[in-house]
Amino acid sequence: MAIDKDLLMLMLRRMWLIRHFETTVIDIYAKGEFGGAAHPYIGEEAVAVGACVAMEDTDYIAGNHRSHGHPLAKGGDPKRAMAELLGRVDGYCKGKGGSMHLADFSVGILGESGILGSSLPVATGAALASKIKGEDFISAVFFGDGASNQGACHESMNLASVWKLPIVFICENNQYAVTTSYRDTVAVEHVSDRASAYNMPGVLVDGQDVVAMYEAVSEAIARARAGEGPSLVEGLTYRYEEHSLGLGRIRRGEYRPEEEIAEWQKRDPIVIHEKRLVEQGIATQEECDAVSAEVAGQIEEALEFARNSPFPNPEELYDDMFADAIPQP
Amino acid sequence: MPETVFVNAINEALAEEMRRDESVFIMGEDIKRSIYGATMGLLDEFGEKRVLDTPLSENAFFGSAVGAAAVGMRPVVETLTSFMWVAMDQLVSQAAKMRYMFGGQVDLPVVYRATMYYGGSSAAHHSDRSYPMFMNMPGLKIVAPSNPADMKGLMKTAIRDNDVVIMFEDGTLFGNRGEVPANEDLPGGELLIPFGQANTLREGTDVTVVAIAGSVPLALAAADELAADGVSVEVIDPRTLVPLDKATILASVEKTGRLVIADPAHKVCSAASEIASIVAEEGFWSLQAPIAKVASEQVHIPYSPVLEKLVYPTQEKIVAAARGTLE
Repeated sequence: MAIDKDLLMLMLRRMWLIRHFETTVIDIYAKGEFGGAAHPYIGEEAVAVGACVAMEDTDYIAGNHRSHGHPLAKGGDPKRAMAELLGRVDGYCKGKGGSMHLADFSVGILGESGILGSSLPVATGAALASKIKGEDFISAVFFGDGASNQGACHESMNLASVWKLPIVFICENNQYAVTTSYRDTVAVEHVSDRASAYNMPGVLVDGQDVVAMYEAVSEAIARARAGEGPSLVEGLTYRYEEHSLGLGRIRRGEYRPEEEIAEWQKRDPIVIHEKRLVEQGIATQEECDAVSAEVAGQIEEALEFARNSPFPNPEELYDDMFADAIPQP
Repeated sequence: MPETVFVNAINEALAEEMRRDESVFIMGEDIKRSIYGATMGLLDEFGEKRVLDTPLSENAFFGSAVGAAAVGMRPVVETLTSFMWVAMDQLVSQAAKMRYMFGGQVDLPVVYRATMYYGGSSAAHHSDRSYPMFMNMPGLKIVAPSNPADMKGLMKTAIRDNDVVIMFEDGTLFGNRGEVPANEDLPGGELLIPFGQANTLREGTDVTVVAIAGSVPLALAAADELAADGVSVEVIDPRTLVPLDKATILASVEKTGRLVIADPAHKVCSAASEIASIVAEEGFWSLQAPIAKVASEQVHIPYSPVLEKLVYPTQEKIVAAARGTLE
């Protein structure tokens, strides 16, 4: 698949955007600028970016608890994402969602669910709407190896297949559900092997290679748009950080060796992509570095914006419960 | 005024709203062949795209309704209360919470039609009257009609509402007949009943009986029985539990000074409990006697009819409770 330079550079830009966003998040979390849970996406950037740049703006995605990366990959605004993390009114959700719910509905995001596997039915419903309306848009849903064991996952894949819905199921297999290896919880060798049970294509992709993800998801999207039904794409990837920020301080016992982390970091998705760009003469290292620097500046601005955004007013507590408002009991 | 059977009132509401708005579609288990009657004829009129038989996958289709609504459709999902447990994650984590959690970015016009079959030896797994559990969850509108006209008018309003509505359809009422005004006799040409307006079915001065869903006919019969003894009973049907028309209830208690609440749900944290709490907090000085709850016993629904009939509110229990407030 021939991919033009603009798109290859967009992939790089969005991966750097997520990387800088997440390193900033880790930094400000350590300083106590926000609380609760936060699940960094570092190491997995190629999965969301490769998939999202294969989509149109009119397509929909749904995410999960580890979803800072998905809205940014789909073109969301880092300022509003950062403001949401800090619980401010300019956040996507006006400070009501936080880290696990950084949804930007204006770029086709259907929400991110803190309950794992729970967004698969929602994304399936968007695909159902596309089919009923006879429209061209597709939906995609990102979920992990852990969520792949939820009943909602099985139910959604089966439903989408029997109704031939235009949806792409994207498993970002980062190999651990908190501390539990997928090898101990998934009965088949790869999550994508399950696709045959739903009579849909299932492909295993190198989730550290943004181009490989892009190509696999593009093919699945083409199939979906052609009315041929859903696909399952598994990107094998790795999370560099703990499951959640701060968890390392309270966790007892190791679950993955340091050498394993180091091995995967050698296959960093940004390094792999930059190397390809340079080796194939598509961009110079200086160009790549300039993208990173520019994006880092964007994240600094986002943080500044977020810090300057006000906290919600107490009376906003009751806002947004209902579209057709009813009195508080 | 023409009479309509309760279940046919559901059917009329669905058909009228599907004709009016192409974004309305229905899905559920065995609805094409309409095994419970409410979706009869809809497949023929609206076709396969808008009348969908689902796999037995409540999580998938309850959640799909949320996703479809988020992108502009108006799904109506048919289910039984007892199957809602299977889909609790989608009902709670997605349907109820999504709008608020995302700062109002999305409207979710979904109707879940949950039929409550009880009182017919269906045993513990198939006799749930679970609306109080959903009243406890912010973000859901809860409707529990007691007659065909209300069923039709509230269903049409539910489908047009831009939020998640759960219609608790009382299966003990499905065969009941009631007057439903013909569209041509209505201003605006259709029956629409707003949420949050209780219906005072009978006026009285001695005791207020607030009755919910299938308890309403029992309360009206109890009122007849008490009238023969010279006791004047006011019967109020809240019709919607969220939002709840507490003003009508409080005004009635101010007049009568006595309150009985008849509720087919289990009595602990029931709709009756909530109404009792509101009146205790906001209408205490009107009360001349303790509030009486007539709700289902706090046991599972037993199979044997001899045991099952002991569980629910009855006309006799309502009469006894009303007399108790007058002692």
